[in-house]
Amino acid sequence: MAAKVHVTATINGEPVEFLCEPRQSLLEVLRDELKLTGSKEGCNNGNCGACSVILDGLLVDACIVLGAEIDGCSVETIEGLMDSEGLHPLQQTFLENAALQCGICTPGFIMAGKSLLEKNPQASEGDIRHWCAGNLCRCTGYDKIVRAILDAEPQLEVKK
Amino acid sequence: MNPTEVMEPAKTEVKKKYKVIGTRPIRHDGVDKVTGRAVYGADVQLPGMLHGKVLRSPHAHALIKSINTEKAEALYGVKAVMTAADFPDAGSRTANLGELGEVPLKPMCDNVMASDKAVYHGHAVAAVAATSPHIAEEALKLIEVEYEVLPPVLDVVKAMDEDSPLLHEDLYTDELGEKSSRPSNVASHSRHVKGDVSQGFAEADHVLEREYRCATVHQGYIEPHAATAMWNPDGYLTMWVTTQGAFAVRTAVHQILDIPVSRLKVIPTEIGGGFGGKIPVYGEPVAAVLSRKARRPVKVVMDRTEVFLATGPTSGSYVKLKMGVTNEGRITAAETMLAYEAGGYPGSIVALGGICMFAPYNIDHTTIDMYDVVVNKPKTAAYRAPGAPNSEFAVECMLDEFCQILDMDPMEIRLKNGAKEGDIQSHGIPHPRIGCIETTEAARDCEHYQTPLEGPNRGRGVASGYWVNAGLTSSVTARLNGDGTVTLQEGSTDIGGTRTSIAMQLAEVLGIPVEDVVPSVVDTDSVGYTEVTGGSRVTFATGWAAYNAGQAIKSQLIEQAAEVWKVDKDQVTLADGVITTTNGDSRSMTIKELAANLSQKGIDVGSRETVTPQNHGGAYATHVVDVEVDPDTGKVTILRYTAVQDAGRAIHPSYVEGQMQGGVVQGIGWALNEEYFYNEEGNLMNASFLDYRMPTSLDLPMIETIIVEVPNPGHPYGVRGVGEVPIVPPQAAISNAIARAVGVRLGDLPMSPQTVVKALAAKS
Amino acid sequence: MAIVHIPALLHSLTGDVRKLEVEGRTVGDLIDQLELLYPGIRDRLVENGHLRSGLAIFVDGMVRREALEYEVPPKSEVLFVPAVAGG
Ligand code: FES
Ligand code: FES
Repeated sequence: MAAKVHVTATINGEPVEFLCEPRQSLLEVLRDELKLTGSKEGCNNGNCGACSVILDGLLVDACIVLGAEIDGCSVETIEGLMDSEGLHPLQQTFLENAALQCGICTPGFIMAGKSLLEKNPQASEGDIRHWCAGNLCRCTGYDKIVRAILDAEPQLEVKK
Repeated sequence: MNPTEVMEPAKTEVKKKYKVIGTRPIRHDGVDKVTGRAVYGADVQLPGMLHGKVLRSPHAHALIKSINTEKAEALYGVKAVMTAADFPDAGSRTANLGELGEVPLKPMCDNVMASDKAVYHGHAVAAVAATSPHIAEEALKLIEVEYEVLPPVLDVVKAMDEDSPLLHEDLYTDELGEKSSRPSNVASHSRHVKGDVSQGFAEADHVLEREYRCATVHQGYIEPHAATAMWNPDGYLTMWVTTQGAFAVRTAVHQILDIPVSRLKVIPTEIGGGFGGKIPVYGEPVAAVLSRKARRPVKVVMDRTEVFLATGPTSGSYVKLKMGVTNEGRITAAETMLAYEAGGYPGSIVALGGICMFAPYNIDHTTIDMYDVVVNKPKTAAYRAPGAPNSEFAVECMLDEFCQILDMDPMEIRLKNGAKEGDIQSHGIPHPRIGCIETTEAARDCEHYQTPLEGPNRGRGVASGYWVNAGLTSSVTARLNGDGTVTLQEGSTDIGGTRTSIAMQLAEVLGIPVEDVVPSVVDTDSVGYTEVTGGSRVTFATGWAAYNAGQAIKSQLIEQAAEVWKVDKDQVTLADGVITTTNGDSRSMTIKELAANLSQKGIDVGSRETVTPQNHGGAYATHVVDVEVDPDTGKVTILRYTAVQDAGRAIHPSYVEGQMQGGVVQGIGWALNEEYFYNEEGNLMNASFLDYRMPTSLDLPMIETIIVEVPNPGHPYGVRGVGEVPIVPPQAAISNAIARAVGVRLGDLPMSPQTVVKALAAKS
Repeated sequence: MAIVHIPALLHSLTGDVRKLEVEGRTVGDLIDQLELLYPGIRDRLVENGHLRSGLAIFVDGMVRREALEYEVPPKSEVLFVPAVAGG
């Protein structure tokens, strides 16, 4: 077994330090070492987006990033989305639109939606469908998820 | 209520303005799920917990000659290794499957871990528990298994040949107790006969005979199976499992490990999708045995490849269908042969395919022959309306062909033959009140169908579908709190918002806001026996138990109020959360006031309810789809989709729509892309999401929904199950749309680009 | 007296009689009566004293889990149908 790597990073705005094996993915580190189990594993090979997190402003699948790679980086996960005012607008519109059934894909979709709306605050239905094509949902047929992301746009605008 | 009693039809409450039912509240578990706090199967963490991994057969069909685990056991960090030899001998023990009767236990044990023979690629043969998942994986590589490879049997029709290699030397075809003289891959044959098909075909003006095939497909839930077990030295076993039924897991583990149910507690975690695939057990008994051997908690989580290789899928099938119609479009006769893959062990859902196949239509003469066939693929599991899409696909495609022959509107032929209350179905049972006609009419009249479709290579398809639904046993416990809220414990795992649809029915009875009901899904020690979340039954049956609990609390509150007021209880009523006298002295108090009063006095108000209702009614759906076919690439694009369905009564319309949309999209995947692709050795070649190719958001338009409400007279609020039927019509609707777009009829699923291109080439 | 529908696979045993009126208090009694008329039919419906696994009894459209012990109301229609589990 290779020696563990010492990593310093910012996760959801907080400085964190951890030791991880070089072979451990960021998803494993988040879930097993840091106990942040909100990011989910659906495939462990970058196909489903259930593990989506934002790494230095970029949407990534945490299962295909190594834990050791995030040294000095900033990571946002679903656990960091609430602020002192409560739920993030996307979390609220997902609830209001019934955009989740089993909910296993939800953290990933919300992170994907957040990263899209940061870049493109007026994303169209087509933009959303294109951007979210890396996130699989087997329950909803995507209809209500797309609507929830569209619905969040004016609310995020107001928040700004 | 005693579960063996049968619930007689209740009188459905006359349509009135409901306070809670029909509204769209935010679900009770919503915040947990949008914040990442909800604990799913793989999220369970226990002190000292080990990670289990399973070694799987690289061969589709092979005898296991020997297994040597010594080197694996010696690896640093490995705490336990197991094989099937660690299970108690299944011998001639049987498993009680309730309504399905007693079945031999050995196939069930062998499916969890192969004892003498691997019967599919990915079949579990050994397992390891170690301090990290990576060490466990390394240890698997050190286990030496000696196989004798046998020829695989992969095609359901070839498997039925007399000279096919056999999966099980001791399997004989059962025909209601009569066994075939020679062993066979056909596990059983059954038959329904209604009327006389030869007479029916003599009355027909047009007769068609065709073959239809469905590839093996997977449920595709995003959360892999996960089970954590903690076996204590005193024999108590606690399990945390992502499952459609905690009690079903308890029963299976109790049978496989031969331990008393009283020593076994199953705690259901949140579940990330199931669709029928999370009813059987896989890693659960394995985690338990590893925990016993290692004397530490063990978590067994599958990866995606394992999910594809060794769980689910649903039956691939071969259907031969012959139907006759008159010039007026009346169906006179239908004769069919259904052969469904069971996977490595007997037990496909062919019987459900037979029951549902002709149910949307009233046909005087039908014969249905059903064959359950073992092949070297994973043991099949239920998948949303199990069995129905395979058989109804055939009927719906053929009806469309008749429409073209007769130049008849597809809605008209469906209305002309549509099933009604009292019509005898092909298995002899009369239909209850059903919404077949109303659903088809709503589809005919909808804006989508009334708007003409234009453009080259475009076509519109129509298909209907039926699913029988289920009742089964459900339990809840409800208790009034001192602040007038009600805690509601239920045994049905919540896969898609049912905590809320159940709580809404209790809230409606008491006339309180649904936020004042606090539902939770609890473990097998904490609520009465409850069967699986399946058969579209939870809002129907568990909702009914909650309705009964509401009624019980209501009458207790009335009694208690009468006591407080010193009046006869007949002079007290409860409506909209307020208790009042009816004797003219106009006294009243809210439930909250009375609850506070009772709690002070130490009086407990609550109820424990178990129901086994049967009047689930059937569910009908009619779908309309517009497609465009690219003649060069064969790609089929869904331009517009409308799903129409009878919900009986939509308790929470958003989640009814969600079920419809989700079912449609699974049906679209089944129709256009999804299939298990095996090479000649029987190795599954596409065991990943990338290669299995389920629909993404980019493949789809919005899915329009129209809810029809023909109340089910068998439920207090008229509920019918809604979850499964929407997966039935899409496959045929799309095939019919392709036929109308480019003039080729496709009877084999999936209708992938290469299939479409080939068919177009053959046509020209 | 109940009307018993003979499962299609057993029509060969009954000379294509598909349904008939049979005397009996319980489903088990009805099967005993059938056995007198069509020897061998009991073994096709009953196994080790229980209803054969994979069969369900429908009386007037309702599954009766009491199976052989179920007391049939007069004039009721009794069917033996392959039992199925939902998904
Ligand atoms: S788990 Fe990372 S993409 Fe599926
Ligand atoms: S809600 Fe279940 S996978 Fe999306």
